[in-house]
Amino acid sequence: MKNIFVALALLLATSGVTAFSLTASAQDITVGSKKFTESVILGEILKFAVSGDGVAANHRRDLGGTRVLWSALLKGDIDIYPEYTGTIRQELLKGTDTHTLPLLRAALAKQGIRMSAPLGFNNTYAIGVKKETAARYGLTKISDLRRYAEFSLGFSNEFLDRGDGWPSLQTTYRLPQRDVRGLDHDLAYRGLESGAIDGIDVYTTDAEIAYYDLFLLEDDQRHFPTYDAVILYRADLADRAPKAVASLTRLEGTIDEVRMSAMNGAVKLDKRAEAVIAAEFVISRLQISATAIEIGFAARLWKSTRDHLVLVLISLGAAILFAVPLGILAAGHARLGQLILGIVGIVQTIPSLALFVFMIPLLGIGGPPAIVALFLYSLLPIVRNTHAGLRGIDPGILESAAAIGLEPRASLRIVELPLAMRSIMAGIKTSAVINVGTATLGALIGAGGYGQPILTGIRLDNTALILEGAIPAAILALAVQGMFELAERAVVPRGLRLKSVG
Amino acid sequence: MFNLSDISKSFGRLRAVAPTDLHISAGRTTVLIGPSGCGKSTLLRLMNGLIAPDTGRITFDGEDVTAATAPSLRRRMGYVIQQGGLFPHLTTRQNITLMARHTGWAAADIETRLQSLTDLTRFPRDALARYPAELSGGQRQRVSLMRALMLDPDALLLDEPLGALDPMVRYELQTELAEIFRTLGKTVVLVTHDLFEAAHFSKDIVLLRDGAVEQRTSMQMLLAEPASPFVEKFVGAQRGLTQAPEL
Repeated sequence: MKNIFVALALLLATSGVTAFSLTASAQDITVGSKKFTESVILGEILKFAVSGDGVAANHRRDLGGTRVLWSALLKGDIDIYPEYTGTIRQELLKGTDTHTLPLLRAALAKQGIRMSAPLGFNNTYAIGVKKETAARYGLTKISDLRRYAEFSLGFSNEFLDRGDGWPSLQTTYRLPQRDVRGLDHDLAYRGLESGAIDGIDVYTTDAEIAYYDLFLLEDDQRHFPTYDAVILYRADLADRAPKAVASLTRLEGTIDEVRMSAMNGAVKLDKRAEAVIAAEFVISRLQISATAIEIGFAARLWKSTRDHLVLVLISLGAAILFAVPLGILAAGHARLGQLILGIVGIVQTIPSLALFVFMIPLLGIGGPPAIVALFLYSLLPIVRNTHAGLRGIDPGILESAAAIGLEPRASLRIVELPLAMRSIMAGIKTSAVINVGTATLGALIGAGGYGQPILTGIRLDNTALILEGAIPAAILALAVQGMFELAERAVVPRGLRLKSVG
Repeated sequence: MFNLSDISKSFGRLRAVAPTDLHISAGRTTVLIGPSGCGKSTLLRLMNGLIAPDTGRITFDGEDVTAATAPSLRRRMGYVIQQGGLFPHLTTRQNITLMARHTGWAAADIETRLQSLTDLTRFPRDALARYPAELSGGQRQRVSLMRALMLDPDALLLDEPLGALDPMVRYELQTELAEIFRTLGKTVVLVTHDLFEAAHFSKDIVLLRDGAVEQRTSMQMLLAEPASPFVEKFVGAQRGLTQAPEL
């Protein structure tokens, strides 16, 4: 027993050191981008632009949504990211008067954030349908949808929640559709193509519009605001890296809709790397030298594996060290036990992205918030099984332990924990498998791991890339389970694995 | 050896022991007997402090049995329960020697003591490596007895020690246990619901009813001079089932 805890503590200590060395990089400027292709391309362009003058920059790509980026920017975990004026007005500064650019700048400045001039394109929302659908039902504008209540609509999850998204669109146009579901933006195109849904939200610079030959319904009531692409950056960047800020201003007005749509298409349809497209752009437009560094399969897999293992080992190890004593406490005190089980149960029901976003102001983005979230999610099975294992011990055995003169602590150590060990190990195994799976979501807040290729793969419709994350994640889950089964043999006493003869 | 004065104990609204005085003499066997729910097991568990009385005072060898003193006093009282209460994750040897190891006995002393216990209970040495699940019911009770005797306690408390055994094994072990108790000359308190088993072990029989002592005497006197219609009924009911050989 003791040995296991010592080994766990050592494991924790070493993986903790590894995690620290991963996060404590010496980069000067960190660029962020959202998990859609245009944002990643712009992120790469920004990275090249600011790192041109001897300033080092790294790029945390594919982060899980506006809130994650904004919180990380305010926290200082990222310095720059591409955003859209409509999103800033509707989402980030909702309730503040920002209807002119100077007002918008002033409101941002209050939070220590600056905004570049528009990059040159407006990427607004539109509702897209297949050309056949538009022709068959005579659809030309959004208000035409009012006639087709039975249409099923698929919207990106962010669009479903946004102030300028579905709720207000429905109100503005008095739309009757009830079958409205949330799905990943990149999957929505495939759903539309397959006929599973009739209409989706699109970004007007999406390359898929041309690729799938979609028809965009006219926004006849002018519901959608303009979404001019801009660069948001921390005000302190001007002091820390004035040259970088100067480089950013050189990007203003250089990208129009056609160019952006072409770059999106080059990545999404021609399957070229974002970095290569971004490098081509900065070389030809800004006359900056840039080299896209292609990371090989083995190096990528190794990095994902290392990141994933760090997430799993630290969070699971800490969960074991914390949850087993918590389960013991719960088993010993009935009322407190109900409270403890209730609380860890509630923690389990918090959606992971919500938990991530909640923790960014405290822990920033990257490994630490992901580890805390995974730690919290790993508690319930271990606490519950420890509690159940201890409470399930034959009262006669407990009474015997006390009757022969074992003190409560000795009884726990010598008798009760060994007898509960099988149940405790089952809880740990459950937690481990859940942990390995949930850790893939860590990529949404820049924690890396196998979720990274999965996210990118979904975004680029690249099955090979999805499998590059999914297969190792499945193998790791099996390996972890197998490892704990071996450990179970070591810690579950032999006497408990025998069938009674009597 | 045990002195219980004005002891009472209730579990919720259920009164298990009415205000009762009980004195257990040293060096002999006393049997607590009575129908289910008469409080005989509760009395036994009060004696070794597994439960605390609501009122009254319990002393063991002159020392108060309290929550604070119980763990150390219990090492001077062996305890055997109906199912044996053996620890399934420990071998027979580990079960028996657990407390000796826990209290820091020398290995040689443990071996010597173990040898004398297996001799006393006629337990096969090669079965010491087995786990409780690999033992027969009778063997398990022998192991439980050896574990209770390991620290050479002053008293031995047994709660229906033969209750879970089949009749053949039970009869054989009754004879053996009675012999062992005579050899040891320790203070023994044994709980049973079986009058003939009680007679087998002792002439000091305490008959309990609703948590109070109804009559305390020998088997012969219980038969000859029952103190109440209840005693007469209790004795009569058991007498109808079988005839004790020595009566």
